[in-house]
Amino acid sequence: MRKTTRFGLSAALALCIGASAAFAENIKIAFIDPLSGPFAATGTDGLHQYEFAAEELVNKKGGVLGGKKFEIVPFDNKISPKESLIQLQVAIDQGIRFIAQGNSSGVANALTDAIKKHNKRNPDKRVLFLNYSAVDPALTNDKCNFWHFRFDANADIKMDALTDVIAQKPEIKKVYIIGQDYSFGKAVAAAAVKFLGQKRPDIEIVGNELHPIGKVKDFTPYARKIISSGADAVITGNWGSDMVGLGKAILENGFKGPLYTYYAASTGITAAFGEAGKGSLKLVGEGQINPPPNDRADAYATAFKAKYPDDDLGQPRIANVIEMLAKAIEQAGTDTDMVAIAKALEGMEHDSIWGGKVWMRPQDHQAIQNVHIFAHTDGVKHDFDNSGYGLLVESTVEMAGKDSPTTCKMKRP
Amino acid sequence: MTDATHNTARSASITFGQFLPWLVSALFLLVMPLIFPSNAALTIMNQMAITIVFALAYNMLLGQGGMLSFGHAVYMGMGGFMAMHIMNWIEFHELPIPLPVLPLLAGLFALGLAMIIGSFSTRKAGTVFAMISLGVGELIAACSVIIVAFFGGEEGVSGDRTYGLPFFGIEFIRQIEVYYLTAAWLMISAVLMYLWSRTPLGRMANAVRDNPERAEFLGYSARWVRFYSFCASGFFAGIAGGLFAINYEIVTEENLNLAQSGMILLVTFLGGAGFFFGPIIGAILFTLLQTVLSLQTEIWQLYLGILFVATVMYFPGGLAGLLMMHTIPLRLGKLHLLFVPYLKMLGPALLCVAGFVGVFEIVFHIRNAAPGDTEMTLFWITFDSHDVLPLAVSIIAALAGFWLARRVVPELSAAWTAANTPDTERLI
Amino acid sequence: MDLVLINLIDGLVTGLLLFMLSAGLTLIFSMMGVLNFAHASFYMLGAYFAYQISTYLGFWMGLLIAPLLVGVLGALVERYGLRRVHQYGHVPELIFTFGLALLIEEAVQFVWGRDRVPYEIPEVLEFTAFTVSGFAIPAYKVFMLFISVAIFILLLWFLTRTRVGLVIQAALSYPRTVEALGHNVPLVFMGVFGVGTALAGVAGVIAGPVLSTFPGMAFVLGSIVFVTIVIGGLGSLSGALVASLLIGWLTTFAKSYNVRAEDLLNAIGISTPENLDESLWRDLWTITSPQIADILPYILMVLILVFRPHGLFGKRDA
Repeated sequence: MRKTTRFGLSAALALCIGASAAFAENIKIAFIDPLSGPFAATGTDGLHQYEFAAEELVNKKGGVLGGKKFEIVPFDNKISPKESLIQLQVAIDQGIRFIAQGNSSGVANALTDAIKKHNKRNPDKRVLFLNYSAVDPALTNDKCNFWHFRFDANADIKMDALTDVIAQKPEIKKVYIIGQDYSFGKAVAAAAVKFLGQKRPDIEIVGNELHPIGKVKDFTPYARKIISSGADAVITGNWGSDMVGLGKAILENGFKGPLYTYYAASTGITAAFGEAGKGSLKLVGEGQINPPPNDRADAYATAFKAKYPDDDLGQPRIANVIEMLAKAIEQAGTDTDMVAIAKALEGMEHDSIWGGKVWMRPQDHQAIQNVHIFAHTDGVKHDFDNSGYGLLVESTVEMAGKDSPTTCKMKRP
Repeated sequence: MTDATHNTARSASITFGQFLPWLVSALFLLVMPLIFPSNAALTIMNQMAITIVFALAYNMLLGQGGMLSFGHAVYMGMGGFMAMHIMNWIEFHELPIPLPVLPLLAGLFALGLAMIIGSFSTRKAGTVFAMISLGVGELIAACSVIIVAFFGGEEGVSGDRTYGLPFFGIEFIRQIEVYYLTAAWLMISAVLMYLWSRTPLGRMANAVRDNPERAEFLGYSARWVRFYSFCASGFFAGIAGGLFAINYEIVTEENLNLAQSGMILLVTFLGGAGFFFGPIIGAILFTLLQTVLSLQTEIWQLYLGILFVATVMYFPGGLAGLLMMHTIPLRLGKLHLLFVPYLKMLGPALLCVAGFVGVFEIVFHIRNAAPGDTEMTLFWITFDSHDVLPLAVSIIAALAGFWLARRVVPELSAAWTAANTPDTERLI
Repeated sequence: MDLVLINLIDGLVTGLLLFMLSAGLTLIFSMMGVLNFAHASFYMLGAYFAYQISTYLGFWMGLLIAPLLVGVLGALVERYGLRRVHQYGHVPELIFTFGLALLIEEAVQFVWGRDRVPYEIPEVLEFTAFTVSGFAIPAYKVFMLFISVAIFILLLWFLTRTRVGLVIQAALSYPRTVEALGHNVPLVFMGVFGVGTALAGVAGVIAGPVLSTFPGMAFVLGSIVFVTIVIGGLGSLSGALVASLLIGWLTTFAKSYNVRAEDLLNAIGISTPENLDESLWRDLWTITSPQIADILPYILMVLILVFRPHGLFGKRDA
C-alpha cells in the first residue's frame, strides 16, 4: 500500500489506539447483531450462546496462549448494514480483532466488504470475520475473501441435503416453493429448482414465487393458492414473523403435507406452531441436540438452559466457532497476527461437540459438516421456547456438500 | 416561526457580523478532529455532518416552504445509490473523475428525480403534498427490493472509494481525509442553502407558506415557487446521499425508507424548523442521542419519543425557537433577570427527570434482565432492581421534582414578563 | 372459478377490517381537518389491551372493554394534546400525531416487550364454518365479517338517524354556524375523536389474533389506512367504504394469481429482449403480481392524487 500525505495527526491517532490496544488482556470478540428492535430476541439468544460457549469451552479450561480468556463484547447493529459498519469501526477502535455476526446476509455482505477494505488499508490492525449464521451462498463464492469464515452450512448445501431427503419420498410429486423477496429467498428458490431437477426430474414445481419481505399482513391468499395448486410439499426459506404468518396460514387452511423450512424454530416460533406444526413442520440445519449425540452435548445443553432459562440453544454451531477459534489461536501461537490465525483455521478438522466432524474447506472458507433434517415435535429432551416442542433429528447427510463447487478465487496475503 | 425580523434593506452588502458565524463554524470544523482524533469520533462527526446537510435540505421544505414531506429520504437515498453506481463505473472504466465531485453528481441526479416528482406533487401544498410524498416514498422504498439491477436488493450497493486517481495526493483511505471532504461539502452546502434563503425566491417561499393567495395576487405562482424549493431541496438531499455513499461505501434500502424520512422530520422539528440554524442543532443533538445515549440505555427511543412529543406540544419552535426567545431580553439587557429563576427551576426539573428515568429503567430492568440478574447501575449507583426502595425513591423524586418545579413557575413567568418588558424611560 | 369466490370472501374480510379503521380516520379528518397519523397506533393499542384483558377475563370481555379504553384514551389525547397543538396550525398537528405514533410504539414495546404476544382466537370460534369446494372458511372469519357489518350499520344509523349524528354532520360543513347555534363544538370534537379511535380499537381487538399482535403491527397497517381514505376522498364515509373494499379485493386477487409482467408486456405486443440477464430492465420483466400486491394501493393513490385530487368520492381537497 502506498504512503499518502500525512496530516501530522496520524501519529496522535495511532498513539491513542495503540494505548487502548495494549491494555487488552483478554481476547475480545465483538458480537455485532441486533440487540434492539424486532430481531432483538434472536440477537440476544445468540449473544448468550456466545457468552456461554466462551465461558464453558475456553475460559473454564484455562483460556488460550497460557491463560488468556475469551471475552464477548456486544454491539447492537439494529440489523442495519450502516449501523453495523459504525459498530465495526467502534469495535476496531477498541482494539478488538475478531468480529462475530450472523443475522441477515445483507449485514454480512456489508461487513465482509468493509473488513476486506479495512484489512487492505490497515495491515497492522487486521481483523477476522467469524460468520456464524449468514447463509447467502455468495459469501463463499463470488464475494469470498481470506478474512471471512462461515461456520453454518450455506443455503445451497442445506438445499442439497433437503432435496436428498425429498428425492427418497416417492409420494411427493408436486412441490410449491415460496420465499421472501430478497437475495436469500431467491437463492433458496434457485437452489431448490436446480437440485430437484437433478435428483427428481419427475417432480412438478407447481409454484415458485416471492412475496415482499416483512410487509404481508395476511398470508391467507398465498395459503389458498398453495392448497389449490395441489402441492404435496412446500419449501420456504422464510424467517421471523413471515415464517409464523405463512406457516400458520398454510396449516390453518387445511394443508397436510410436509412444510420444509430453514428457520422455523426458537425465539417464539416453536411456541407459535405448537401442536399445529407437529407432523408437518420440517427443518434443515446443523447441530444435533435431540436426541443428544453424546453426554458432553447433553450436559452442555442442560447447563445452558439452567443458566438462561428463557433462551434456546438455537444456533449450536456457535460452540464450534469458539472451539475452532481457540484451537487456531493456540496453533498460530498468537492472538494478533490474523494471517497466521486465518491460515490455522483454513483446512482445520474439528471434532464437533454435536457429533461428527467440521472441516473448514480452504478453497472458500465454508465449514463442511453433517446436515440434518429435523422434525418439529414434542417429547424431546431439550425443547425450545419452554413449549414442550423441539427439534428431533429425522435424517442426516454426512459432511454435506463436501465436493460442492465454488466460484471462489481466494486471494491470500 | 419566521426569521423575517431581519432587516432586508441591509442584506445587500455582507457585513462582518453576518460573516462571523460562518468563519467560526469553518474554524470549528477544522479544529474538531484535533480534539477528538479517534476513528470512532470521526465516524460520528461524519454522520453528524451528513445529517446536518440532509436536515438543512429538508428544512428548505418544512421551515421555509411550509411543505410537510413524509418521503424526503428518497432523494437522499437515490443520490446515494447513484453516487455508488458512479463510483463503481469510474473504477470499472477508469474514468478521470475525482472522488470529491461525486456528491455534486449525486445531487444532480436527485435534482432530476425531484423535478419529475415535483412536477405533480407540488401542485398543492398541505395534506395533498404530504400524502403524495408518503405514497411516492413507499413506492420507491418498495421498488428497492424488487428492482435489483439498480438498488441491489436488500443488501444494497457497495463500492470502494479509494478507486485510485489521488486528488492532490489524497486517496481517501483514512477516515480523517474523508472527514475533511465531508466538512468541506457541509460548509459549501450550508452557505449555498443560506444564500438561497436570502434570494427573492427564498423569500417568496416564505410568503407562499404563510399566505399563498396573497402571493398569487402579487403575481407569483405559488405552485412554481413550491416547485423550485422542492427541486433545490432534492438537490441538497442528493448531496447528503453522495456524502453518505463516500463515508459508508454502501447504500441500502434503509436509506430511503419511511423510517429514514420520519427520522429527518424528527431531527428538523426538534432543532427548530423556524430558523436556519435549527436543523443544525437538531442533527447534532440527534446524532449524539443516537450514538451516546443508545450505549447507556436500551430504551433511548422511548425517551426520544417523549422528547419529540413534548417539543411539539410545548415548544413548537424547537430548540432554536427556545434559544431565540431570549433575543429580546438580551437586546433589552435584561437577561440577568432570568438567571436566578432558571437556576431555581433547574434543580427540581433535573430531580423530576432523574426520577422518571429511574422509574422507567428499574421497571425495564425487572422485566427484561436475565433471571437472577437483579443488579443494575443507574446514575453511577449500583443497587438491586427488585428492591422496593430504589423504585420508591425514584417515584418520590419524580413527584417531588414536579411539585417543586410547579412552585417555581409563577416566579419564572413573572421574571420572563419583566425581562421582555422594555423600561418605560428608554422608550421615551 | 372456485378460487374467485373464496378470494371475494377473503378480500371482503380484509376490506371491511380496513373500513373500520378508515371510517374513524375519515370522520376525524372531516370534523377537525386533522389527518391522525397515530390512528393505526390506536388499533394496535386495541389489540394489546384486549390481549391483556383476555388473560384475566377472556376474549369476550376484551372485545367489550378494550375499545372503550382506547376511546377514552383517544378522547384524552384530543383534549390535552391535539387541542393544544391546534393553535399552531395544521402542519404541527400532523407532526404531533406522527410523534404520537412513534411514542405509542415505543410505549407498547416498553410494556409488552418486542416479541409478538400470544393473543389467540377464542376456542369457541376455532372450527371451520363452511367449505367452498375444498377451501375452508374459519369461523373466526365469519365472526369478523359479522362484527364489521354490524359496526357499519350502527355508524350509519348513528350519523343519519340521531340528533348527535345530525349535529356532527352539520359541524362537518359549518363548524362556526353550529357553534353559534349553541352547540359545544369542542365537546363534539372530543367525542368524535374518542369514537373514531374506539372504532380503530375494535378493529385491533378482532384483527389481533389473526394478523398477530406485535409492536410493528401499527406500522404495517398505518400508511395503508391513509391511502384508503385518500383514494376514497378525504372526508367521505362512503368513499372510505368503496376504497377499503377496492383495496381489500385488489391485494387479495393480486396475491392469489401469478400474473407475470412478461406475459402482460408480450400480450400488448412488446417482445421479451433476447438477453434478459444483461438488460437494465430485467427486473421489470420478471415482476409478478404477488410481489407488488402490497404496493398496488400506493400506485393507485399517487395516480388518483395526480388526476383527481378529490379522490373517488371526495368533494374537497384538504
